[in-house]
Amino acid sequence: MKESKRTILLVDDDIDYLFQTRMNIEQFGFHVVTADSQKEAEALIEKMKPDLAILDLMMEKDDSGFVLAFKLKNKYPDVPVIIATAVASETGMSFGLVSEEDRKWIRADLYLEKGVRSDQLNREIVKLLKL
Amino acid sequence: MQKLNILVVDDEPGICSGVSRILSRFSVGFPFMDQNIEYNVLEASTGEDALTMIEKEVPDIVLLDNKLPGIHGIEVLEHINRKNLETVVLMITSYASLELAVKATNKGAHDFIPKPFTPQELKSAIESVTKHIYLKKMTRQMNKAGKEIRFQFLSVLSHELKAPLNAIEGYLKIMQERQVGNNLDDYDKMIERSLHRVKGMRTLIMDLLDLTRIESGKKKRELRKVNLVDIASLSIDTLGPFSIQKDIRIILKADGPVMIEADPEEMEIILNNLISNAVKYNIEGGKVVCVVSELEDSVFLCVEDTGIGISKEEIPHLFEEFVRFKNEKTKNISGSGLGLSIVRKIVDLYNAKIDVQSRPNEGTVFKIHFPKTNSPIN
Repeated sequence: MKESKRTILLVDDDIDYLFQTRMNIEQFGFHVVTADSQKEAEALIEKMKPDLAILDLMMEKDDSGFVLAFKLKNKYPDVPVIIATAVASETGMSFGLVSEEDRKWIRADLYLEKGVRSDQLNREIVKLLKL
Repeated sequence: MQKLNILVVDDEPGICSGVSRILSRFSVGFPFMDQNIEYNVLEASTGEDALTMIEKEVPDIVLLDNKLPGIHGIEVLEHINRKNLETVVLMITSYASLELAVKATNKGAHDFIPKPFTPQELKSAIESVTKHIYLKKMTRQMNKAGKEIRFQFLSVLSHELKAPLNAIEGYLKIMQERQVGNNLDDYDKMIERSLHRVKGMRTLIMDLLDLTRIESGKKKRELRKVNLVDIASLSIDTLGPFSIQKDIRIILKADGPVMIEADPEEMEIILNNLISNAVKYNIEGGKVVCVVSELEDSVFLCVEDTGIGISKEEIPHLFEEFVRFKNEKTKNISGSGLGLSIVRKIVDLYNAKIDVQSRPNEGTVFKIHFPKTNSPIN
């Protein structure tokens, strides 16, 4: 990579997840900016444009991640968004962005389950950043 | 007023108009319903007409004669069945035909009305069908609501259990791979965080056990005269170390013993939850006042704090399961989100009343009145 480090915005209200994921992503050579609430993240994106965002789904509200994704895409349509959550698999509740219709309103590029291995997370980031 | 649509299919005009006349002035009420049900009668003289009308709008009840000029009643029934339409069919049979009865029952007819029938026979047949329809609707609604609540509970629960597991596993992996080097001190914070998450999980599991015990009603309740002041002071002692950490003073106000007929363990759960919340959501150097007193017809318990308070919008959701208000002030406070819903369930067991008053940044007061006269429900 010739260019300077890409910045990834990481938003999650679980400070342990935030700490660990930040560590993982930094190991892959990215610059990481974190926020632990929807509110803090909203303030952050007013001031900076990340190259990619990873958002937790449930924070202050159950749909904080969706709301953030929406706002982020409105401001920076070209920034890829990953929504990470732990709600899905064990309940059968799935937010996989399969249909075109889902994509339209959820406005995330990828849905990832929390607890994916760090190398997989890295692969997805690289793919979305087209590196 | 609720209205059911009834379609009468008979080629004898007298039957149609007779049914219309009788049912237009008839209404049905059951003790378990808040309102009576009335009827709106539609008429068809042939099976073909009936099908067209059913196609347009499915009636709640079909009164169906079998002997019709064109297609027979049984064919109308077959159509209803094939299309899986949500309607109850009562066959009108002019002569007792066992063969037809068996056939119609197999095709899904609900009941028979022999012709000729008296107004009273018609009314009682309609009454029984109405009850059937109503109960079916109710059951469906209740099943749906029950499933939704259970699904919601399980999905939140699995989230609440999975989050700390992921965190602990993550830290263990970092430690296993010595990701921050060989200096052990660098891992202290991670160990501390892991222990904190384990503690959170333990609280959640304990609360879950309390909740299931109360909800299943299987737990043997031991009702006896207990001194609520003793239980309160025990609770305050238990929470002592926790309150010292936050520099919070807990004051117990009571003039002598206050006796109540109760299960001591349940009273302990209530007091532990209310007092620990009062400490948890308090400010450094704050105060908690617990009042236990005997009033004329109730035993009164009050826990008041000088904490962060609860907003008006949040109060109605306070006693719901897994409700934790996430905001700047609460984000570093851990809890299972079950405590107050458990308190509410116990309070209900005693026919007691719990009341909350709160002002953001000033504090919150929980007041419970246990009625003296009403013995608790078992």
